Amino acid sequence: MSKKKRRFKGGEIPTSSMADIAFLLLIFFLVTTTIDMDKGLGIVLPPEGDTIEIRKKNILNCLINSQGKVLLGGDPVETKNINRLVKQKIQENENLIISVKSHEKTRYKDYVAVIDQLKRANAKRISIAETGD
Amino acid sequence: MQFNRKIKLESDIPTASMPDIIFMLLIFFMVTTVLREYSGLPINLPKAKRIEKLKSKRHTTHIWISKEGLISIEDKLYSIKDVRHVMYDKRSSDPQLVVSLKSDEEARMALVSGIHNELRKADALKLNYSTKTAVD
Repeated sequence: MSKKKRRFKGGEIPTSSMADIAFLLLIFFLVTTTIDMDKGLGIVLPPEGDTIEIRKKNILNCLINSQGKVLLGGDPVETKNINRLVKQKIQENENLIISVKSHEKTRYKDYVAVIDQLKRANAKRISIAETGD
Repeated sequence: MQFNRKIKLESDIPTASMPDIIFMLLIFFMVTTVLREYSGLPINLPKAKRIEKLKSKRHTTHIWISKEGLISIEDKLYSIKDVRHVMYDKRSSDPQLVVSLKSDEEARMALVSGIHNELRKADALKLNYSTKTAVD
């Protein structure tokens, strides 16, 4: 028995398809790169131990109860109307500070909805009170 | 008058270096692709309309609050009392720190308010309520 010896032709890696492979990888990474910026409602908390006396007429109290019902300046309002009402009140008084106070058991969803409404009314001065019973 | 073309211009784009260019791009995208660093807690973010984008990822720390009231920072669970210490360390190493609060929409405000207080004590005052974009 004899083995045939194959003639060695010299090994070469085909480079013509390399560009295609690299392109494929490139497209894969292009697609999977998610430049997902976090987004949300920005707010700046007051520094610790910082209490300022504010005149009563410049404060608009906004209370949220545990069911998500909102009391704006003493009147019960629908959440979606806050935007309009606050806009009016800011026009009347530029120095208006909206103090948002929620019940301990208020759901975060309702609170965020109120803050969102205030933001849409372009309220710059929002104060967040501690939760109460 | 007749125009004669005297010189024959070579009009081929050299393709020999194309793989190199593409590899360069590939490496760029591989390096810049940031896979999610922390998995956090399973939450349902609330929706809001007037949202703003957080400027840089590098200066952002996330606090997750689940429906059950668990607090997670960088995949470790903390009780509310410890948030202050964790955030104080972060705040002192990065003055530009922005805290992104990723809270479940069913979380109670008592806890969120507690976080507010802790953040105030830690002097981390820039806060962002992480939300989804609401559609009309």
